[in-house]
Amino acid sequence: MSTSQAPLIPAPGDARKRPLVVMRSVSKMFSSGTLALSDMSLTVEGGEFVSLLGPSGCGKSTALRIIAGLGDVSTGTIDWPSSRINSKGLPEGDISFVFQEPTLMPWQTVFGNVYLPLKLRGVSKSAAREEIMKTLATVGLQDFADAYPRELSGGMKMRVSIARALVTKPKLLLMDEPFAALDEITRQKLNDDVLRLWRETGITVIFVTHSVFESAYLSNRIVVMKARPGRVHADFPLKTSMSRDAHYRTSEDYRQACEKVSNMLLEAIGGEEH
Amino acid sequence: MTDNAPAVVPPKSGFLGRNRETLLRTLIPICVVICLVFLWQFIITVNSIPQYILPGPLAVANSLYNDWGTLSPALWVTTQITMQALALALIGGVGIAIFLVQSKWIETAFYPITVILQVTPIVAIAPLILIYAPTTQVALLICAFLVAFFPILSNMVQGLKSVDHNLLNLYDLYGASRWQTLLYLKLPSSLPYFMTGLRIGGGLALIAAVVAEFAAGSAGAGSGLAFRLLESQYRLNIPRLFAALVLLSLLGVVIFAITSFISWFFLHRWHESSLKREN
Repeated sequence: MSTSQAPLIPAPGDARKRPLVVMRSVSKMFSSGTLALSDMSLTVEGGEFVSLLGPSGCGKSTALRIIAGLGDVSTGTIDWPSSRINSKGLPEGDISFVFQEPTLMPWQTVFGNVYLPLKLRGVSKSAAREEIMKTLATVGLQDFADAYPRELSGGMKMRVSIARALVTKPKLLLMDEPFAALDEITRQKLNDDVLRLWRETGITVIFVTHSVFESAYLSNRIVVMKARPGRVHADFPLKTSMSRDAHYRTSEDYRQACEKVSNMLLEAIGGEEH
Repeated sequence: MTDNAPAVVPPKSGFLGRNRETLLRTLIPICVVICLVFLWQFIITVNSIPQYILPGPLAVANSLYNDWGTLSPALWVTTQITMQALALALIGGVGIAIFLVQSKWIETAFYPITVILQVTPIVAIAPLILIYAPTTQVALLICAFLVAFFPILSNMVQGLKSVDHNLLNLYDLYGASRWQTLLYLKLPSSLPYFMTGLRIGGGLALIAAVVAEFAAGSAGAGSGLAFRLLESQYRLNIPRLFAALVLLSLLGVVIFAITSFISWFFLHRWHESSLKREN
């Protein structure tokens, strides 16, 4: 496990190892004059689970939003080598976003909320029904299709949000500190759910978090970011022969991973105060 | 999975047990009103106050019955004007609100005008409207419309601008068109604000219909309750004045009940304002 830049050129022949999104020297200046991101380059390959980790103000959320096309880059480019691009330069239908809050429409049922992305594409409700119920089943909410968001717990609302993100079968799932507001037990459960969905669907995940433990548990690659201006401090893979489950949480591998990530984060924070 | 077993509530036995609170909530105010009416009649009888100063409830009820032939067409006219004004105000208020929030520039350009119109006391322009409007009925309608229109407009503008930013981002992300965002997100999201506007506007439409009629002072077949009220005053027929007043109150109560019901009907499944607190 050594600190290294991810290779820009993928190994040929491996379909999953093709770059999905390539950020080249991306900078983002807000209208207030704050430089939120400075010269950030990042290549994410198909099937990766990448965590963007860093102190607040390091631009990790900004980076995620830029990848999602919410807000333009000031300089630099973002490419999608393996996707069809729409007029806005985005691979429409290939990306989904999970916000920190569940961001559900309170006037719609669980079903209606998950139906939204398909409705906006013009899919009829009856044609979408099967897919929606299947997706709800993968997050364990098949019995709550007719419930309104206010009737659900925080963890269940987050599951609805995840189901809505998955219903379009995206290639890339962007998650912006999705479980930060949840209690520790719910959070661990949802972490396991996300890992299971990632393994089952082969989806690529970019996961923004400020938790060392969460990132060490979930990701097979970690990008540690530094603040003022936001930039990449370290980018390294996390390998383990173990499967990531309850046993992994108490293993030596996990302890080492946490230590490594923690040290990198300390370096990144320490670097601010020179 | 989070457990969703409903909390165990010990069931109360019998109809009275289950609906006790609702029953009390209905009965207590009714009892209070009945007591007050009795007190009123009692004071009138004991002090032998003449009818042209203060009629008792019996005299008012009598007048309501005997003058129904005069009062009912007037009630109908006032109801019509109020409802038509409210309907126009709803269409206009929502339509213009949607237009105003289309862009920052449109709002900057037009919103001050709507504020000026709003803060101008409508009674003050009623004489002008009476000059320009083809008939008195139309003039009354315009007055009532103008008064009911602004609370609906300003609430609707507020609602359309208070949409959750993350949901707006989500719609952007899924490539929603302007039309889809308006129809599926902005309009449903501003429904609670619209309902507030509707309830305020409904009450104001009635007030404005009465005030405008005072200003217009129209007479004849097409006159409403406000005119009957003035007429009774001139003729010192105070029981009839009270009867007209009772009808106006009842109309107000009915409008309030209807708008509250509409609001409850559309919001009770999801909006906080229509939910009981669970603690």
